[in-house]
Amino acid sequence: MATIFTVVTKYIMLFLMALYAWDSLTVIHLKTQSQLSWKYHKMLALTLMFHLTAYATIFINTKNTGVLVFYGLQLLFFVLYHVVYRRLYPRSSRLFLNHTTMLLAVGFAVLTRLSDADQLLDITTALGNRAVKQFVLVCGAAAVTLFVPKFIEKLRIKKRTAEILGVGGLLMLVLVALLGKTTYGANLSFDFKVFTLQPSEFVKLTFVILTAMLLQVKTDFKRVCFATAVAGSHVIILVVSNDLGSALIYFLTYLVILYVATHQPLYLFAGLGCGSAAAVAAYFLFSHVRVRVAAWQDPWSLIDKDGGYQITQGLFAIGSGGWLGSGLYQGMPTKIPVVSKDYIFAAISEEFGGLFGVCLILVCLSLILYIFRMATKVGESFYKLIAVGFAALYGIQVLLTVGGVTKWIPLTGVTLPFVSYGGSSILSTFLMIAVLQGIYILKRNEDEEIERKRKERKLRGNRAAAGTAGSGRSRKTGEKAGQKETKQRN
Amino acid sequence: MAVTFGLIFAGLMCYYGYFLSVQADQVINNPYNTRIAAMAGKVIRGDITDKNGNLLATSQVQEDDSVLRVYPYGRTFAQAVGYHSKGGSGIEAAMNFELLSSHSGILKGLVNDVTHQKGQGDTVVTTLDARIQQAAYDALGDYSGAVVAMEPGTGKILAMVSKPDYDPNQINEIWDRLVGEGSTETCLLNRVTQGLYPPGSTFKILTALEYIREHPDDWEDYTYECDGAFEYGDYTIRCSENAVHGHMTVRSALAKSCNGAFANMAESLDKDAMRSLCDAVGYNSRLDMALPQSATSFPIDQNTDTWQMLQSVIGQGKTQTTPLVNALMAASVANGGTIMKPYLIDRVEGANGKIQEKNMPQSLSKVMTPEEAELMTELMVGVINEGTGSVGGSDQYQVAGKTGSAQYDSSENTHALFVGFAPADNPKIVVSVIVEQGGSGGRVAAPIAKAVMDAALLQ
Ligand SMILES: [Zn+2]
Repeated sequence: MATIFTVVTKYIMLFLMALYAWDSLTVIHLKTQSQLSWKYHKMLALTLMFHLTAYATIFINTKNTGVLVFYGLQLLFFVLYHVVYRRLYPRSSRLFLNHTTMLLAVGFAVLTRLSDADQLLDITTALGNRAVKQFVLVCGAAAVTLFVPKFIEKLRIKKRTAEILGVGGLLMLVLVALLGKTTYGANLSFDFKVFTLQPSEFVKLTFVILTAMLLQVKTDFKRVCFATAVAGSHVIILVVSNDLGSALIYFLTYLVILYVATHQPLYLFAGLGCGSAAAVAAYFLFSHVRVRVAAWQDPWSLIDKDGGYQITQGLFAIGSGGWLGSGLYQGMPTKIPVVSKDYIFAAISEEFGGLFGVCLILVCLSLILYIFRMATKVGESFYKLIAVGFAALYGIQVLLTVGGVTKWIPLTGVTLPFVSYGGSSILSTFLMIAVLQGIYILKRNEDEEIERKRKERKLRGNRAAAGTAGSGRSRKTGEKAGQKETKQRN
Repeated sequence: MAVTFGLIFAGLMCYYGYFLSVQADQVINNPYNTRIAAMAGKVIRGDITDKNGNLLATSQVQEDDSVLRVYPYGRTFAQAVGYHSKGGSGIEAAMNFELLSSHSGILKGLVNDVTHQKGQGDTVVTTLDARIQQAAYDALGDYSGAVVAMEPGTGKILAMVSKPDYDPNQINEIWDRLVGEGSTETCLLNRVTQGLYPPGSTFKILTALEYIREHPDDWEDYTYECDGAFEYGDYTIRCSENAVHGHMTVRSALAKSCNGAFANMAESLDKDAMRSLCDAVGYNSRLDMALPQSATSFPIDQNTDTWQMLQSVIGQGKTQTTPLVNALMAASVANGGTIMKPYLIDRVEGANGKIQEKNMPQSLSKVMTPEEAELMTELMVGVINEGTGSVGGSDQYQVAGKTGSAQYDSSENTHALFVGFAPADNPKIVVSVIVEQGGSGGRVAAPIAKAVMDAALLQ
C-alpha cells in the first residue's frame, strides 16, 4: 500500500509546488492589498498542505509515530512563527515569510527522509537526528533574528555600526584562517565541541554591509579603489584559507554591488576579466581545483576516484528520478556523499522529480527578483546596496549549488540556503532575511509617513478653504483647490 | 541585474532539462548505478523481442521463485542482444533501466503493491528481424567475421551477426574460460561495431566518387593501362591476384577493382576533400549508438605524404573501418546521399502494451547529392553485372555492390569484404559483410550478402 500512496502523494506534492511557484512569480505584479492578502494566504495554505502531504508519506513509509510528533512540532513552529511575526511586524513582507516557510518545509522533509527515522522514537537518540538538529537550529535562529528588524528601525548611527561589523568580520576570517579546523582541504570552521561555527557564512553578511557603507555616497575612482581593496582583502584571506567557493561568492557579490552603486559597466567587465584570470591562476595553483575541474569535464572516467564519485552518484540520482521523481523512499539518495549539505538538490530531484526541482529553482528565483525589485524602491542608498548585495549573495549560492550538482559548472561545495543541513548556513540565511525584512518595514514606514503627511495636508487645505468661505458652494471649490495643492507638492 | 540573474537561471534550468530529457537515459544505465540492482528486486526483467515479436530474451520464474534469463535463439543473437549477468552487454546492458522499469497500468500496479508481487518489466522491441538474422548467421558458417543488414531509408538494423560467438544461456558456466587470465577468446566482442578492419577495395566507392567530383566534365574520358603493377618511386602497388586489367576507365576500374587505376587517380586528388568525404561517412569518429563502438580512422590530410594517400584510397594502409560504418557508406548511396542514423531499439512497451518510448528515424549526415548517388548506384550495378561481384547477383532483383579483399598483414592473406544493396532502383536492404581470412571478397563475402538479401526480399 505504501508504494501506491507514495506515488499518489508524489503527484500531489508536485502539483502543490507548481501552484506555489506560479504564485510566487505572479504575486510580484499584484497591486491591491486585498489581492495580495488573498494570494499570500493561498501560498501559506499550499505550503502547509505540501508539508502535511510530505510527512504523511514519510509516516506511511516508516510507520514511525515519532514522525507524527516531529511533524506536529514543526507545524506548531510554522504557525507560531507566522502569528508572532505578523503581530510584531504588521508591515513585514509576507513573501519573505512564506518563502522561508516553504524552503524550510522542503528541507525538513528531505532531511527527515535522509536520516534514520528510528532515532525519532526516543528523545535521547532524536537529538542526534540531523532533521531534528536542523529543526532545533531553525527554532533558535528564528528566535534570535526576531528582533533584528526592530533593531534596524531604531538604528541611527549606521556608519559606525557597519564599520564595527565589517572590521569584526574581517578579523574573524583572519582568525579562522590561522586557527580553524580543516574540512575537505579548507579551513572553514571553529570547532566548539558541541557545534562547529563557520564564520564565512556570517562574514559574508557583514561584508555586504561594509561594502554598502563604503559605496553608499561617494563612488569616485579613489573610493572604488578603497572599497575594492577592502573586498579584495576578504577574498585573499578566503583563498589563503583554501575556501575558494566562498571566495568566489564574495567576489561576484562585490561586483554586483559595485555595478549597481556606480552604473559603470567598465568596472563590471574589468572585474570579470580579473576574476577569470584569478580562476585560471587558481587552477594551476591549487590541486583540489584541478581535481574539481577534471571531475566536471569527465566524471565518468573518474567514477571510482575522489572527484568523480560524488558527481556521478548525484547524476545517477537525478537521472534515475527523471522528470517526475521516484517518490519518497523509492530512490537511493543516501548513496550520494554529503547528500544533506552540498547535494541536497540531487536528493530532491531524485525523489520529488525534475519538475519539482525546476519549481524549486523558480521559487528561489522569485525571491531574488523580489529583493531586487525592493532594492529599486528603497530611497536610502545604504539599504538599497545591502538589499542588492543580499540578493546577489543568495542568487549566486543557489546557482553554484544547483549548477554544480547538475554538472552545469564545476562543483564548489556550496549549500542550498534554508534547505541544506547546517547550523551556520541556517542562522546566516535567517539573519539575511531578517535584515531584508527590516529594510522592507523601514520602507513601508516611510511610505505610510508620506501618505499620512499627504492626508494631513489635504485635511489642512480643506479646513483653510472652509475657513475663507462659509457657504456649501465654496466648500466644493475649496476641495478642488486642496487637491491641486497636493498634486503640486507631490 | 535582475534580468541578468533571470537569464543565468534560465540557462541553468535549460541545462537541467536537457540533462533529464537527453542525457539521463544513458547515464542511469551505467553499471555503477546501484539503483538498478535495487529495482531488480521488485521487477521481473522484461523481454527483448525482434520486430515481429519473436522472443530474443525472456525471464522464466523458477519453482523456487528465482528468475532465469533465457535466450531462445542461443548463439544467433549472442553479441547483439548480449547477456544480462556478469555486468551485462549488448541490448541487455544498454536497455537495463528500461527492462527493469515496470509500466503495467495503475490497477495492476496497485494489485502488485498490495499482494507484494513483482511487477512485469517493460518489453524492449528491437528493429532486428529473426529470419534475416538467422539467414546471415547460417551464411557466415564457420568463418570468423561479421554481417550487418539495415534499412537504408530508416537506419533500422535488421541483422547483426558476429562470429566467433557464444551461447548466452551458458554465460555463467563459460565466463571464467572466456575472460580468465591468458584467455585469447574474442567471442564477446561485437565485431559489427567494435571490429576494426581495413576496408580494402570496398573503399574505392569513396575514391571513385571523389575523383568524379573533382573531374565533373571529363571523368568519363579517364583511361589507364593496367600492367598489374603501379609504381610510385621505390614502391609498387599490385592488382589483386596478380591480375593484369589492361585498358581501364573509371567505370571498369571500379567493376574490376583495379588497384593501379585508383592509385593513379588518387595522385591528383585533394587530400582534404577526400578526408571530409570520409568524415561525412563516419570515419575518424565513433557512432553515437546504444552499443559500444570502435573509432574508425582515415588519417589523411593535406600534410600526409602521397604514398600513404595512395595506399589509403584503396582501403589499405592506416584506413580502418567497422562493418557498420562500411554499411553506412553503402547506405549513403542507397538512400540518395543521406545516411540515416543506425538504430537497434524500435520501442519500449509496458506490460499492458502501451508504448513508453519510441525511436524515430533520424538523418545522420548528407554525404552526396541525389545525382551523385544515382551515378554511384549505376557504377555499383556494374560491379555486380560486369565485374568482381557477379556471385552476389540475383536474377530476381538487381543488386548494386562492391567487393573487397583486404590485406591485413604483410603476407598475402586477405579478409573478404562486400557491401551492397538491393533492389538497386528502390533499395530495401543494405548488407555489409566481412569474412576474416576469407580470401576473395567476390567469391566468399558476396554470396553471404546474397543469402541475406534473399531472406529479406524473397519471402
Ligand atoms: Zn589492374
